[in-house]
Amino acid sequence: MLEIKDLHVSIEDEDKPILKGLNLTIPKDEVHAIMGPNGAGKSTLSAVIAGKDGYEVTSGSITYEGKDLLEMEVEERAQAGILMGFQYPVEIPGVKNIYLLRAALNAKREAEGKGEIPAPEFMKLIKEKSAFMKMDSAFLQRAVNEGFSGGEKKRNEILQMLVLEPKLALLDEIDSGLDIDAMKIVAKGVNSLRSEERSIMIVTHYQRLLDYITPDHVHVLVDGRIAHSGDANLALELEKRGYDWVTEEAEA
Amino acid sequence: MSDTAIRRDAPQGVATKAALGHFDEAFKAQTGAALTELRQQGFDAFAAHGLPSIREEAWKYTDVRAIGKTNFALATSLHSANLDELQLDLDAYRLVFVDGVFDAERSSFDDLPEGVSLGTLSQRSELPQQFGSQLAASAGPFTALNQAFAGEGVYLEVARNVELEKPVYVLFVSSAGDQPWMSHPRVLISLADNASATLVEHFVAEQGAANFTNLVTEGTLAHGARLDHYKLNEASEQDLHVANLKVEQQGDSLFKQHNLTLGGRLVRNDIDTELNGEGGHTEYHGLFFVNGRSHVDNHTVVNHNVARTFSNENYKGILNDRGRGVFNGRVYIKQDAQQVRGYQNNANLLLSDRAEVDTKPELEIYADDVLCSHGASTGQLDEDAVFALRARGIADEHARALLTLAFAGEVLESTAIAAVAQRVERRVAGMLPDRFDLEGLVDISA
Repeated sequence: MLEIKDLHVSIEDEDKPILKGLNLTIPKDEVHAIMGPNGAGKSTLSAVIAGKDGYEVTSGSITYEGKDLLEMEVEERAQAGILMGFQYPVEIPGVKNIYLLRAALNAKREAEGKGEIPAPEFMKLIKEKSAFMKMDSAFLQRAVNEGFSGGEKKRNEILQMLVLEPKLALLDEIDSGLDIDAMKIVAKGVNSLRSEERSIMIVTHYQRLLDYITPDHVHVLVDGRIAHSGDANLALELEKRGYDWVTEEAEA
Repeated sequence: MSDTAIRRDAPQGVATKAALGHFDEAFKAQTGAALTELRQQGFDAFAAHGLPSIREEAWKYTDVRAIGKTNFALATSLHSANLDELQLDLDAYRLVFVDGVFDAERSSFDDLPEGVSLGTLSQRSELPQQFGSQLAASAGPFTALNQAFAGEGVYLEVARNVELEKPVYVLFVSSAGDQPWMSHPRVLISLADNASATLVEHFVAEQGAANFTNLVTEGTLAHGARLDHYKLNEASEQDLHVANLKVEQQGDSLFKQHNLTLGGRLVRNDIDTELNGEGGHTEYHGLFFVNGRSHVDNHTVVNHNVARTFSNENYKGILNDRGRGVFNGRVYIKQDAQQVRGYQNNANLLLSDRAEVDTKPELEIYADDVLCSHGASTGQLDEDAVFALRARGIADEHARALLTLAFAGEVLESTAIAAVAQRVERRVAGMLPDRFDLEGLVDISA
């Protein structure tokens, strides 16, 4: 589904490379966790996949379902099924949550050649999904993320995923700022996304989220490259031993 | 020699020929003996000053010389105009004017409740007393000019304790043609004790219209009266538009003004409220959306003349292309007018690097026990929010339109007439395709 080859990325206008030859393949129906110390390039990786401005791809490629992802506009990527759950969801005063959901869902349906979703069907879908995320329907009428607590913002990100049903979900530090109850709800939402047609990439600094969402593969990102890959046990080992041994191994 | 050079040497109280534009010719060409004295009075007052110059503080950012350059004529017959797309679908008492001439056929305001008097000034045997009180109160040259061409307009009088439920909808149409027209309508609103009414002044234009409208609206709100006043301006990109609104409020009265400017080449609004009774409450909600090379100037004044009066003002400007905007908001609190609350805010959104806005809050406070605040800000769209919307599959241009509309949201929320809010939404976010059914973006009921 997603194939990243020898990816080199710098911050725009700064001659500072962040990703230095990263290789990563995420097939269908798999959950991949990207872990690593601060500053290794984890957030840069998800930002580049989502298409955020401010990064320059100096070499390498990203292929998504056989297409050159780097040639696609941000909205085209989303319409093609790549959705990023933000580490810091943006507040959008004046735009109601329900309006965003409908506009986004209809944009996706249009890209797929489907018509607009009928209002009753949409309302049913939204009610069902927000109940699943334990979100009061009043949230839907409020401006996107405005005045939401940290946990509410993250649940809102997952709600958008549940409604928009991405093929590739990128979750960037989705666990940051969550208490244990909120994390369980978020994890439940993410687990419900797991399907044969879908892949999930979880970027996280801590292992604790992976207690609730068991990844198929764990990759350790160190200094702009995948330094080590393994199965779910690797996360547990990192929890016990820290990142230093991987860093040392990478330098050796 | 330039206009300003002549003016510098001119003796005070006599305007130069250039500052009169072509209005002296038009004044002399007026036919009909009616209102001769009133008109002459108006013309003399105008002639003593002439068109305002940018050397005057109140006109510093707004050059009105364009108004003097064209030879506008008064329409004497009813011009045809297609209103289908222009008028609002409202359940209202409707009065239609085309280039200042009353269109009886397309107006309907029968079945008025008892205690409500509504009609056109030209159909009245004599003008209401209210007329002309403006000039005495040292009004500006445009009000004087309006009086010089007085004769048509609307009066609305609501008797004590009568609530007029349906809005009064006054549609002013600017038609397209070879001849540039001018109109000087006057709207007179008088609400007796505890009376209430809603009045919508809606300015629309045919494609290519290039006319001059010089409106004067006067309102008096007696004790406990309530007026919701809307001014929705969709003038053409060639239309010149000047409007003076003056309201006097007695105790416990409520005046809500909604000033929504979406069109016009040159627009100047002067809105002035006198709070003359305790418990008087004024709200100004403003939105100006400026495109192309248009210029929109809003000058507002609230005079807290007595204690325990309240005002709240929120103006939002959205400036695109080479649009130019001006906001000048004056809040005056007289000595001994204690326990007054006055709030003011002006926020502007620049959508282009070449757009410009000048904002100036003026607070003049002579009482010591008051609560006042004001704020002004100017910025651009939040690019993080644009990205967040695009990352959900919403196209860049739609994301921007959506956020622009959201910026206007608060002002739209104050709009109790859904048809008005929808018209504004469609204009501001005109680039949104139909499937972005805008209904529901802004919660009108909030």
